[in-house]
Order: sequence, then C-alpha cells, then structure tokens
Amino acid sequence: MLWLGVAYLGALAALLITSLWTQDDFTGTIQRAWTLENFRTLFTVEVYRTITVRTIAIAALVTVVDVVLAFPIALYMAKVASPRLQRLLVIAVLMPLWASYLVKAYAWRGMLSADGPIAWIASPFGLGTPGYGLVATTITLAYLWLPYMILPVYAGLERVPDSLFEASADLGGGAWTTIRRVVVPMAFPAIVAGSIFTFSLSMGDYIAVKIVGGTGQLLGNVVYDNSSTANNLPFAAAVATVPIVVMLGYLAAARRTGALENL
Amino acid sequence: MSQRMILSAGLRRSLAATTLVVLVVIYVPLALVLVNSFNADNTFGWPPESLTLRWWKLAWHSQGARDALWTSIQVALAATAIALVLGTLAAMGLRRTRFFGRNVVSLLIILPIALPGIVTGLAFQNGFRTILGIQLSLWTIVIAHATFCIVTVFNNVQARFQRLGGSLEQASMDLGAGRWTTFRLVTFPMLRSALLAGALLSFGLSFDEIVVTTFTASSHDQTLPIWIFQNLFRPNQAPVVNVVAAVLVVASAVPIYLAQRLSGSTAEGLTGAR
Amino acid sequence: MRRIPTKRLAAIACAGALALAATACGTSSGDGDGGPKAGEEQGGFTAPDVPMLDKLGDMEGQVNILAWPGYAEDGSTDKSVDWVTPFEKETGCQANVKYFATSDEAIQLMKSGEYDVVSASGDASLRLIASGDAAPVNTDLLTNYGDIEDFLKDRDWNSVDGQMYGVPHGWGANLLMYTKDVVKPAPTSWGAVFDDASKYAGKVTAYDSPIYIADAALYLMKTQPDVGIENPYALDKDQLAAAVDLLKKQKANVSEYWSDYLKEVAAFKSGDSVIGTTWQVIASTIGDSVDAVLPEEGSTGWSDTWMIGAKAPNPNCGYAWMDYITSPKAQAAVAEYFGEAPANTKACGLTSDASFCETYHATDADYADQIWYWTTPISQCLDGRTDTECTDYGDWTTAWTEIKG
Repeated sequence: MLWLGVAYLGALAALLITSLWTQDDFTGTIQRAWTLENFRTLFTVEVYRTITVRTIAIAALVTVVDVVLAFPIALYMAKVASPRLQRLLVIAVLMPLWASYLVKAYAWRGMLSADGPIAWIASPFGLGTPGYGLVATTITLAYLWLPYMILPVYAGLERVPDSLFEASADLGGGAWTTIRRVVVPMAFPAIVAGSIFTFSLSMGDYIAVKIVGGTGQLLGNVVYDNSSTANNLPFAAAVATVPIVVMLGYLAAARRTGALENL
Repeated sequence: MSQRMILSAGLRRSLAATTLVVLVVIYVPLALVLVNSFNADNTFGWPPESLTLRWWKLAWHSQGARDALWTSIQVALAATAIALVLGTLAAMGLRRTRFFGRNVVSLLIILPIALPGIVTGLAFQNGFRTILGIQLSLWTIVIAHATFCIVTVFNNVQARFQRLGGSLEQASMDLGAGRWTTFRLVTFPMLRSALLAGALLSFGLSFDEIVVTTFTASSHDQTLPIWIFQNLFRPNQAPVVNVVAAVLVVASAVPIYLAQRLSGSTAEGLTGAR
Repeated sequence: MRRIPTKRLAAIACAGALALAATACGTSSGDGDGGPKAGEEQGGFTAPDVPMLDKLGDMEGQVNILAWPGYAEDGSTDKSVDWVTPFEKETGCQANVKYFATSDEAIQLMKSGEYDVVSASGDASLRLIASGDAAPVNTDLLTNYGDIEDFLKDRDWNSVDGQMYGVPHGWGANLLMYTKDVVKPAPTSWGAVFDDASKYAGKVTAYDSPIYIADAALYLMKTQPDVGIENPYALDKDQLAAAVDLLKKQKANVSEYWSDYLKEVAAFKSGDSVIGTTWQVIASTIGDSVDAVLPEEGSTGWSDTWMIGAKAPNPNCGYAWMDYITSPKAQAAVAEYFGEAPANTKACGLTSDASFCETYHATDADYADQIWYWTTPISQCLDGRTDTECTDYGDWTTAWTEIKG
C-alpha cells in the first residue's frame, strides 16, 4: 500500500512538477524555475491539438472494433462451447499475447505491404491493401489488444445466468432481442472494463505507429521524441499530462457503470 | 448439456462462424511469423522464394537471445513475487475497510495499468533519475513492472475474498488458532488458485512489456522485448527474432494450460473475474 | 561544421597556450556542452589541460568500452560476428562493452570516468574535448594510425590545432536511393524528393528524425541562395521556417518516414517506397533493383571517432583497443557488419566483398568532402554568425512534430 503511494503516486507527482520546469537549451539540463510555458505551448500550438484529437479518435475506434469482434466470440465461448472447447478457446485467445508485441506489429507490416498477403488475396477482387497510415495503425492496434477485450467480456458473460436467457425466450423475446435487451446490458460493465485496457493501451502507443503508421504520429510519439531524442523532459511531461487527464476522465465515467469491479 | 441450448440454433451457428473468422484473423499474422522464420529472404519478402533452416540454427546459438530470455524471466519472476505479496496484502487490508479509502485505494491500484505505458514509464524514469538520482538497473525495471502487476493479483484475491467471505477464518480463530496459523492453514489454501492465476497474468504482463521497460532499463540490461527491438534494427537479425517469437507462442501454451488445470474455472482463473 | 573558418582560427589562436600552459585558453570552460561556438565566444576553443600518455605500460587486464550498437560485437548477437574475442586473446584485456543509444547518453556515461574508450560521433566528440572528459591521443603509440586515410585526420571534429583527440573509425553518407525500374530518368539532385516529389506521390520516403531537417536545409543552401544558409546545422528562425515549409510540402508525397533499417529495406522491396534518403548498407541489402547516389548538392552523413577518457582507469588496454579496432582486419569486420566506410583502407583487401570499399567510396577524399557530418544544432550559430540566434535541437524537434502534423 505504502509502496504504491510512494513509488507510483510519487513518480506521477514528480512528473507533473517537472512539466512546470523548463529546460536549458544550451546545456540540456533542467532548470527548476516555475513556469507554465510548456502548457502554453501545448495549448496554443495547433499541431498538438490535432494530434490529441487524432489519438483519442484512434483509441476510441480501436475500442469499438475490439468490442464488435470480441462480443460474438466471448458469447460463443461462454454460452455455446462445451467445457472442453471452452478451455481450448481460452488458450487460443491467450497464446498470441505471448508472441512479442513487436513481432506482431511487424507481421502486420508484412500483411499490409503493397505486395503482401492482403494485397495478394484482395487483388483478384480489384481491391488493394489500405497501405500504411492511420487505417493500418487502427487495424494493428485492434489486433494487438483484442485478447484484453475478449477475456473480461467472456468472464462477464459467463456470469449471466442461463435462466435469464430462458426467461427472455419464454416471454417471447427472439434471439436478437434477448442479446440486445438482456445480454448486452448485463455484460456492459465487463465491456467497459475491457475498453479501459484497449483505450489506454492505444492512447500510450508509439511503436506500432512507427511501424505501420506511415507518416502519422500520435501523442505517444510526441512524448517519446521529446524525452528521448530532444532530451526535453519538462515538455514531454507536459504532453504526458494529456493522456493522464483523458484516462482519469475515462475512469471516472467507467466507475459509474461499475466496471472497475470487473477489471 | 441442456444449458448449451439456451440460444437458438441459427444464432449458435453464426456465433461459431464469427468465432472461427476471428480466430483465423488472430492466427494468420502469427502463421506469417512462423513462415517467415523459414523464409530465406532476410527481410521477409513475400511470397517466400525459398525456405531455409538457417535462422533456427542461428537462433539456437544466439547467446544474446538466451541472456535476454534469462533476464526477462528474472525480471518477471521478481516483479511477480513482489506483486503477489503486495497485492495480497492490499486485498487483505481492504477486506475489512468499507466506504472511505476503499475506492481510493482501488483506483490507485488500477491506475498504473489504466494510464498509458508511456506515462508510467516516463514517470518512473523521471522519478528514478531526476528526482532520486538512482542509476537505472535491473531493479528499476522490477519496481516499475511490479507496480503495474499488482492489479492482477489484487483483483483475483479480492474476488476470492468476496466470494468466500470470512466465516472460515473466524471459525479458525474461534477454535484458538493464531493469526499466522489461520493464514497458513485457512486463508492461504483458500487463495491458492486465485494467487496462481494472478501470478500467471502478472508474469505474462511483465514478460512482454516494452514501453515501460524502455524507459526504466539501463542500456546494459536487455529483456527479451528490448533484445527483439534492437535486433530488428540490425542487419540479418530480423528472421532470428521471428524464430524466437514462434518458439515463445508455442511454449506459452504450457503455462496457460497448467494454470487452467490448477485454477479450476477457466473464466475465473484467467481473467480475475469473480 | 568542417567549414567554419572562424573556429579554426580560434583554435589556432589558442595553440601556443595549449602547448605551453594550457591555462590561458583552457580554464574558462565549466560546462561540457559548449560545442564549437562556445570556443569562439571565449576567444578560443576550450580544450582543458588533459595529459597525454607518452608511453605504453603494462596491460591492466581489462578495458571498459562504450560503443554504438554494432561497433564492438562479441558474438553474443551472432556467433559468427565477433571481433572482441580475438582482441581479448591477443592482448589479455578483458573487454567490458556497454552500448549507448544517443550521443547524450554517451556523454553522460563518459562523465562518470568509468569508461576507457568511446565511439563518439561528430555531435559528441567536441563536447567531450571541451569538457575535459576526453584525453589527447598520442598517435605515435598506435601502430595502425599511419594507415588511416589522411582526409579523416586533423579534422575539426576530432582534433584541436593539430592534436588528435581520437582515432577515426568510419564514416558514411545519407544517400539518395531509387528503384531503377520506376524512377526514370535517374535522379542526380535532392530535388527529386523535394521540388519534384509529386512525380512519385505516395512513394517517397524520408528519415524519421528531426536531424532530417538538415537535409532540407542543405538543399535550400544549394538551390535558394537568398535564404542565406551557410551550414545546414546553423539555421536561424527564418531559415528553419523555410526548411520546414519545404518538408511540409514534401510530406504530401511521402508514403512513410523510416527510422530503422528493416523498415526501409522492406518498403523498397515491396514497392511501398521508390525514392528517398538511405544508407549504403540498405541499398546493398536490397540489391540490384535500386541504386544509391550522392546527389550534386552533396549530402549529410556521419563520421565516428574512438576517443580515450581523461580519467580512463585502464589507459594501456584502452590504447590497445584503439589500435586493434583500427587494424585492417577489425576494420574490415566492423565496416562490413555496420555498413560504413572504414577509416583504415588497408581493410579493403580483407573484406569478404572485394568491391566493398569502392561501393562505400572509402578512399575517395573528394566524395567525403561533399558530406556535412551530423552535428547537434545549438542556439549559438555553428556557421560563426554572432548577430543572430540559431535554432537548437529542441526547436528542431518541435518543428519535426509540426511537419509530421
């Protein structure tokens, strides 16, 4: 407990404080003088606004794609598959998590390239690969974080009592109505719990964008470029407060659905 | 298996079909990795012109890969051990508290995993180097990893507590057992499978972590993801990385399978659900 | 920064002082980040009085090496790539190699005094000399020094007034690469990726780093004299804005920015990119389908130097390493693995690819003369202007973010 308080909150607080300092351009050292300069730059230079909006949009899109993909498979695992198949499916979903993140991102680079498998399969139909860019980034991120969505949703659905399905059917609800009116509301907190993972992981990513993002960049890249190559920690810290604020807002909203209990 | 009939046949079929499609989508890129580990072209030209076992031989002899694997295992084990202790303590501490403080601590534990890795990584780097003046080392990685791993243990243990309640322990105390004896003989056995599931998830999280690691590792300490990152940028090393990844995917089935067997319910064991 | 007359003058003015007492010119330096301009302002390049080794003694049994990844391979990455083990056997010095990722990191680590030798790039070497962390090198103690190409010796990124502060290791240029089948006629100017980039819209690639702004600045320097750029690493606000404008226009035609080797090789092989900046090693890997040329404007590039620490705990083994790594055999191995021109051109007879040195123009002084080596821009103008303030690397980073949008 104390550990968390000291190690993590301390580090976060220190980061916030650093963002109020400034960097000496000449020596690259940090000057501990209070200034809001970093935040002024962040708010007034238009490019940072554009990047923030783009990052949030991609994170949201990735989350939506993952929900749409994860829900059917989770429902199948929880309510249709036999226990044996269920066990196999959990392994099947978990296994990709162990293949290195980078290797998977590079695999998608290969999939999406102009002469890669996707173009190969799509070309007879007169279609092509989306190429590298924001679409490719969304696909890759959605792929990377899909297991983080499937598992909580599956766990949430398993807790929905079977009797509810029967009751709904007895009352004349069709399959679609049952899912829409009974299953989705029951699983909603689990979906939100999963979305915390997919959303935050996408918000902070900077490596996948570099690999498949073409010319695009996200907030993570700005933080990374400023802290690592430009050695400007104060500004990097200021930029990092943006995802912190967004995630705190997200968590606050998620709390109202009871999703935090579902993580 | 009457309970499996709760959905109409048509819906079951379409769910099965969707599941199949999603699984195919999940595994096609992994299959590509496997194929490319045999691809003679060292930058994964597609389709492969010829196949070779050369990369597998190189990977087998790569001392760097072995060292990095060992480092990763050490870090993941240490981080998991710390997470197990602190996560359990946190869950036990919160068991009796209600209302005030409870929500705050829950949020605090979730925060490291909910905030983007780049924020956590930067916060730690800044904390270690600028504020505390500590040199980055293997231990800084362990501390950072443990912080975001605690949540997996905490959730599993807390869920188990909520399900089982405290009556067994009360009975133990009533029968004259001390706190430690109660923990050893009653609480711990009760938590065992929850701890195992939490530990497994925590190990996995730490093992494949790259963003936080990049910020908290010194240039000397190479975990496997960092080794992979650096080797993807060296001439002729990318195919070796594919071999390592392919091996990892296959090897990961073993601990996951074991954990499932040991923890009983699949859903609860692996997701921390209650 | 090789063409800064004022700086060379300043260095000469300080020469006597260095030789006699080294106090007149050398004491005012307190910070390590002065760079060349700090010297100018103070009326002389500040090279603190650091003693030079006059004769070799007994080997200490170990040496601590700071190196760019790929410069000191010990077989742990790939068993067949190993030139550290032969060194250990030959000299009895156990090599402890530490890799660094950026020049800033290298400087930080050198300041600890734990390391004997470092492979410093142009943006680190002068800072190490000025801060007193690097010692002058007694080239008489190095048997292979005589074989190093003359055009790499006594340059202003590795020496102060004729006193070498390191041994040249290797160098390379950022070239213009294109796919032969697609890009016709063969381009001879960087204009192909700037003003004429629209011809290959969506297939142009560029290096993903703020330092790439220097490439645009170099092009402007040669094609638009009225912008007044004298050195692509010394840009005032307006000049930076002009370069940014050019890069923003270029971006519309860029397929992707590349930062790693693998990414660019894959992109040219698959046809996702057909023209853009490159390194020779990338072009060689891809093969005959592409060609890499040094455009008429010249290009940016890098040149690395092995330096010895002022507080080196193992100076004898440190010298042994500097001598070993510049020997023909080691140079051939490093140059071929890393993909750059070796400084010791006797290596050319030992490379597995017989035409390696020709491909990399290792002996071509005129070729090397057209390269503007990577240097970190600082607010004091590196071209000697004192009436204005230049943009530093932080400004370049911000600009790069804006360019990518």
